[in-house]
Amino acid sequence: MYYAIVFLPLLGFFIAGLFSFISRNKKIDTASQIITVVLVSIVAVLSAYVFFVHINDHSVTHIKLFDWIAVGTFVVSWSIYVDPVTRIMLVVISSVSALVHIYSIGYMSHDNSKPRFMAYLSLFTFAMLALVTADNFLQLFFGWEGVGLASYLLIGFWYNKPTANAASIKAFVVNRVGDFGLALGIFAIFYLFGTLDYAEVFQKSADLAAGKSDLSSSINFLGYEIGSLNLICFLLFIGAMGKSAQIFLHTWLPDAMEGPTPVSALIHAATMVTAGVFLVVRCSPMYDLTPDILSFITFIGATTAIFAASIGLVQNDIKRIIAYSTCSQLGYMFFAVGVGAYGAAMFHLFTHAFFKALLFLGAGSVIHAVNDEQDIRKMGGLSNYVPFTHMLMIVGTISLMGFPFTAGYYSKDAIIESAYLASSGFSSYAFIIGLLGVVMTSFYSWRLIFLTFNGPIRVNEKDIPNIHESPNVMLIPLIALAIGALFSGFFFKEFFIGSGAESFWGQSIALHHHDHHHIPFLIYYAPMILGFLGLLLAWYMYLKNKTLANNIAKLNEPLYQFLLNKWYFDELYDFIFVRPAKMIGNFFWKIFDGYIIDGFGPDGIAKTVLILSNRAKKIQTGYIYHYAFAILIGVSLFITYFIYRSF
Amino acid sequence: MSTLPILSIIIFLPFLGVLLLSIINSSSENGARNLKQTALWVTCLNFSVSIILLINFDKSNPDFQFVEKYYWLSSGISYHLGIDGISILLIILTTFLMPFCILASFESIKTSLKEYLIAFLILETLMIGVFCSLDLVLFYLFFEGGLIPMFLIIGIWGGERRVYSTFKFFLYTLAGSVLMLLAIIAIYMKTGTTDITYLLNYDLEPSLQYIFWLAFFASFAVKVPMWPVHTWLPDAHVEAPTAGSVILAGVLLKMAGYGFIRFSLGMFPIASSYFAPFIFTLSIIAIIYASLVALVQKDMKKLIAYSSVAHMGFVTLGIFTFTLQGIEGAMIQMISHGIVSAALFLCVGVVYDRIHTREIDRYGGLVNRMPIYAFAFMVFIMGSIGLPGTSGFVGEFLVLMSLFSINTYFAVFATTGVVLAAAYSLWLYRKVIFGSLIKDDLQDIMDLTYREMIILFPLVFLTIFFGFYPQPLIDIMEPSTTQLISNITDDLTLVMPSTIERRVY
Repeated sequence: MYYAIVFLPLLGFFIAGLFSFISRNKKIDTASQIITVVLVSIVAVLSAYVFFVHINDHSVTHIKLFDWIAVGTFVVSWSIYVDPVTRIMLVVISSVSALVHIYSIGYMSHDNSKPRFMAYLSLFTFAMLALVTADNFLQLFFGWEGVGLASYLLIGFWYNKPTANAASIKAFVVNRVGDFGLALGIFAIFYLFGTLDYAEVFQKSADLAAGKSDLSSSINFLGYEIGSLNLICFLLFIGAMGKSAQIFLHTWLPDAMEGPTPVSALIHAATMVTAGVFLVVRCSPMYDLTPDILSFITFIGATTAIFAASIGLVQNDIKRIIAYSTCSQLGYMFFAVGVGAYGAAMFHLFTHAFFKALLFLGAGSVIHAVNDEQDIRKMGGLSNYVPFTHMLMIVGTISLMGFPFTAGYYSKDAIIESAYLASSGFSSYAFIIGLLGVVMTSFYSWRLIFLTFNGPIRVNEKDIPNIHESPNVMLIPLIALAIGALFSGFFFKEFFIGSGAESFWGQSIALHHHDHHHIPFLIYYAPMILGFLGLLLAWYMYLKNKTLANNIAKLNEPLYQFLLNKWYFDELYDFIFVRPAKMIGNFFWKIFDGYIIDGFGPDGIAKTVLILSNRAKKIQTGYIYHYAFAILIGVSLFITYFIYRSF
Repeated sequence: MSTLPILSIIIFLPFLGVLLLSIINSSSENGARNLKQTALWVTCLNFSVSIILLINFDKSNPDFQFVEKYYWLSSGISYHLGIDGISILLIILTTFLMPFCILASFESIKTSLKEYLIAFLILETLMIGVFCSLDLVLFYLFFEGGLIPMFLIIGIWGGERRVYSTFKFFLYTLAGSVLMLLAIIAIYMKTGTTDITYLLNYDLEPSLQYIFWLAFFASFAVKVPMWPVHTWLPDAHVEAPTAGSVILAGVLLKMAGYGFIRFSLGMFPIASSYFAPFIFTLSIIAIIYASLVALVQKDMKKLIAYSSVAHMGFVTLGIFTFTLQGIEGAMIQMISHGIVSAALFLCVGVVYDRIHTREIDRYGGLVNRMPIYAFAFMVFIMGSIGLPGTSGFVGEFLVLMSLFSINTYFAVFATTGVVLAAAYSLWLYRKVIFGSLIKDDLQDIMDLTYREMIILFPLVFLTIFFGFYPQPLIDIMEPSTTQLISNITDDLTLVMPSTIERRVY
């Protein structure tokens, strides 16, 4: 069964990939869509089955396929390793993937290369499954970069768009910067432990922390003696920051919205970007031993949460608002991890997948309706034209803002309460930011809804008659996600963070017990109250008093520009990395290679030889008396020398 | 099979082909076709012989096999051949790439076809000879002899600035190898023999090792090429015909890597260990420097050439880690680079044959008309980036991992090359393949022909296959590499036990 879960998407990729080379025709297109949809749906059903069967027994299945690299004592294999953490990821990945596959039939109906699109989606699904079913860090790295490749291909899917090409390269390269850290972390793991297998590494790291092992407790890294586990966890987290778009390495995610919207829903909201959270949770037995690094994670996560939310407040592109929201919610997951609430982080990952995919696919449905317009300033009043989409988007939004009893309510509350209860580094910082973030989240989500669906219609006159509700093939996946966004929290909270947690998780994550009953009344209701506050603010500014938003923007022009321009990160990076790299490259090539190496090397020597031989040529005058004179001088020098020596 | 001199057969079979080619009347009606077919079949035949060699190769035996030894110049200098797990892989790489080179030249070479093919077959003889030689003099002959056909291939069938490039290529490599020749003579004077199997077990005093090591280094460093003696490579690649570039990148550069493993490590272990930080420094400069330079290139071949310099930097890094993972990683990187960069040059050749320019700006949007080409190109670009699941990853990963255990500075700096590789490779791909097809001369460019697919698809397959399952390569070289490392470790512990702090897994 696990073979099927992992390899059916790969099969789908091969089939659809082959079809994409066959000349365009409708039958081929349909066949590729049906085949990939069916295969991924089977995977979704199997994953759900596996999840529910083992929901109470935290059993572990471990299949070794074959050796990948085996050199001396270094052995890693291809494997399928399934424990509770993996099973959650399997459900999330395969269900969202299946829904996105179905949705894409409708969304891409006007596109010319459907088989290629379906092939990429399936390739992504396979790589993501390989990532979460790894039993060692190298296969994780394979999946990690594999999803990076799929993301690159899908962001740049419309390859005729220069912006899409630029965004795809940016995504790959920025992710590589993160992978650079991850790779170093993996090297350090092998250096210290002599293995890359999770089980062995976690066992040995526990021994090391307990002082029961002869492994060195510190590594000399770039001249500094750093605690071994601290170093490893820190480097791995750099990788997580890249993939999960945390501050400093986040710049690729908003640009990634250049890709088709189903891709944004699948890769850049529900699955790939959560791989960083998965990595840290997977390694929680190790992270739990490094409080300093956990504090650092708390800090980065909380900062990202507020930073991305602040940008989201003023953006006008419907997809970018949701992208920054994703970035911000990932920050929540990370600071949950940072304060030791691994279960809450996974819970939020789980619920977030549903409501964020719902919001993205809903946004796709809107974009589809208004002829590929993405600017919310040019929408407005769409609720009459696309009522279903409107309703479903509201479902996603209330879940995101944490409306009571929706999925987001349970998971976000759990995170904020954990931050409140924790006493680790930066936990109060995270708590305050967590609350602040709730207002912002609610505000920007409702701003999006109000500007898109309410108020006067601002679509071009001539486009108005063409506004249409999306076909059922797009709406049905939305409904499925909406069900998840509403109820997945209520149904699963006991398993993730409640009384069933112990039997659900088993040994797969480091569990901590917080007593959630001793939370002050106000703290308990604060997220909810603040969420409504955000809603109210958005309502007042965008529906009631419409000039207010513009006035505030005008009054605080520098701040507004700062937020609108995304804290100027792109400009900064362009200035300190991109341009210098090109300048140095040019310098090395033209000046160093051209003038210095070649100038003093081959070209210089060749020239010198030429000059010397020209000089030597001049001596060969051809006159006998010149030669005779030279001989005479020579002879007299010899004689002088011998006479001199004989004394 | 044991009585058959199979190594001599592999070496001289292409030479027989030369004789055959020289009697074909090229001016007759089917002359050109006959020439091509003959050369192709000879190289294919040689490849099948090398497969027979592989089948009969005893993987568990770390020593030299298929040994042939005949009296030649003196009792110390003999015609001595033999292969072990390290050299056999490079021999197969050579025989494997040759048919593709011949096939790639079918359309592009119009003048003096016969001489061109002859040059290639002679080159094959010499290259295989390098990997089989167990005598320094014999090795030197093959090693230097290879220069001549390559010199001719670039100089006669090359691009516009071919004369400048050939001279640069020739002078650079010759300058290096003269020093090696001196060292070989000195070794002969000192020990009375140039037999490699003898010298591998001969304990040379450290002071001499340093000098000899530097002399050999001069030759190999130019060939690899290492920074700062790399400037011949971009020029040579740019001017060489496609097949010339393929052989240059695919095999000729590997001769130097092989030389480092076999001679520098094998014969001068103490000097090698002494100079290792020096090699690391140069290699890391090469990786970062060449990657940055590749970032700003305007010529496709130059970009790939600079990326070769960076990739070979990983090879030299791995070799001098003295660890099993490092050296095998370097070997895998060599084989992977032999496949991937050869394939990239073939890819450039494909469009060059159609549009006759290598300038990146003249292309764009090829995917619209050449989807199959775009697919193959993508696989090789990913191989060059070192994406896990391609052969490029395995070697780089093993090398960097062993480097980390030696020195974190080196490892950190070398790993930045991985980020830069992604930047320049994807930039190239985007400029050439993606975008709209707006350039006039590209409007009716055709996708791969069957001939071109036959050339590229085996390479696509191998790039991915070795990415997922490099074990066949590892199994072949593991015993020999293990023995090499234990020999080195023994030597080092004998001479300076205090300096052995390396962790050899």
